[in-house]
Amino acid sequence: MTETLQEEAREAPETPPEMPLHMRRKGFDPVPEMAALRDDEGVRQVETAFGMPAFLVTRHADVKAVLADSARFSNESRRAFDAPGAPKLSAEERDRMRAGNLLGVDPPEHTRLRRMLTPEFTVRRMRRLEPRIVEIVDDHLDQMGKAGPPSDLVADFALPIPSLVICELLGVPYADRESFQRRTGKLLDISLPMDERLELGRESREYMAGLVARAQAAPGDDMLGMLVRDHGDDLSTDELIGIAGLLLIAGHETTSNMLGLGALALLRHPEQLALVRDDPAAVAPAVEELLRFLGIVHSGIPRTTTRDVEVGGVAIPAGSLVILALAAANRDPRLLADGDRLDITRDAAGHVAFGHGVHHCLGAPLARMEMRIAFPALLRRFPRLALAVPFDEVEFRAFHFIYGLRSLPVTW
Amino acid sequence: MKISQMRITADRDVCIGAGMCVMTAEEVFDQGDDGIVVVIEVEVPPEHADAAARAVAACPSGALRRVDA
Ligand code: HEM
Ligand code: SF4
Repeated sequence: MTETLQEEAREAPETPPEMPLHMRRKGFDPVPEMAALRDDEGVRQVETAFGMPAFLVTRHADVKAVLADSARFSNESRRAFDAPGAPKLSAEERDRMRAGNLLGVDPPEHTRLRRMLTPEFTVRRMRRLEPRIVEIVDDHLDQMGKAGPPSDLVADFALPIPSLVICELLGVPYADRESFQRRTGKLLDISLPMDERLELGRESREYMAGLVARAQAAPGDDMLGMLVRDHGDDLSTDELIGIAGLLLIAGHETTSNMLGLGALALLRHPEQLALVRDDPAAVAPAVEELLRFLGIVHSGIPRTTTRDVEVGGVAIPAGSLVILALAAANRDPRLLADGDRLDITRDAAGHVAFGHGVHHCLGAPLARMEMRIAFPALLRRFPRLALAVPFDEVEFRAFHFIYGLRSLPVTW
Repeated sequence: MKISQMRITADRDVCIGAGMCVMTAEEVFDQGDDGIVVVIEVEVPPEHADAAARAVAACPSGALRRVDA
């Protein structure tokens, strides 16, 4: 989702962003006004973080219906975002920056790109990765154990694990992590000026271009190597750069925030934490419930209407920006009872934390496996894990496309 | 009395290879090496009917369909 959102940012006016309603939260929870909106009106006209008018869709059924209909709700037609004051890019540069971005295209172009990637993310493929992920998790827990307590769970656990996993999978040198972690973190930080983020986007592309050139010269066993070997003729260099960049950002900014926020949510619910620690059968449903409850893609995901449509009884003209409020939809009383409560024993499978429809998260099987391994491993290694600061001093990261924590000081 | 069995079809052109079906009902669905669901049409044994129905509901692309009802 990240690249599309960056595009929205790139083409948006340079006003200091006001936090839009759907991104306002109190701790884990969307603000109560969001629930009221969802339960009364369902769909409302709002302004995005960049001052653009949009229709905010909040109900679970409406969100799914919109996401299932890529013909009327497009990722590609983005004319609604050409707002005054946006940094001007040449058509050529814009095309180059969009190439390979699955989130910026509709079928059939989307299908073409996605079909080249699905073999890399099958459930079976993920299982083959499992031992390596277990090893990576154990290594990080060892390091935490040696250096602490205390420890910052974000810096020592939540961020490095998914980051290393996606680096190895893609074929990105982990030694470069400091620079690209800093870049991607900032790229998604909506409090930074547009120009700065545009520049970061360019730097990021340049970096990926270097890696792609290397893979083209000598394709390795990693995903970049595979793409070059199997699809070198169907994919342009710009597309390879775009795909690799999207995977690198999406691969660690998301899972890492789930690990950090999820650990905090469990620490706040000790009896549920104990279940995840002690009962292997509790882990998979717990991960789904955490995905649902935390709804970390909290900027909502954007689509543009290709014709006049109606959503939840509200008429929306062609060419409008529609924002799907995933976090609100995940707590819709029509989906499940008592959605504001974390209950890892419930069946949360209907959540839309990974989206829905043709753009449903490509990395979902990987993210699920990482979380299913990492949460219980952490809790078993440090059975007395506890917050090292009062809860109200934990810093949430709100001005960001992906909800998360700045740091999470823990002890054991 | 014959109890009618659940039948499910899968449209391989629509499938996006999200693997939700395999994760939800491994006994019923499988993905090929290309990541696309391999089932074209199956009769679901009663003991897997619940899981299979959940898989149909979970499929993000709408590739899976019940054809018995
Ligand atoms: C818990 C972690 C994650 C969450 C909550 C998440 C969430 C999402 C969501 C909501 C979308 C849909 C966006 C839209 O429709 O506009 C999406 C798409 C995507 N995600 Fe994830 N994601 C996660 C992890 C990952 C990982 C680990 C990877 C890569 C390895 C990844 C790669 C992608 C890609 C490539 C897409 C675009 C798919 C397409 O357009 O066909 N994600 N993700
Ligand atoms: S859940 Fe649907 S989209 Fe995913 S692999 Fe199965 S049939 Fe294909």
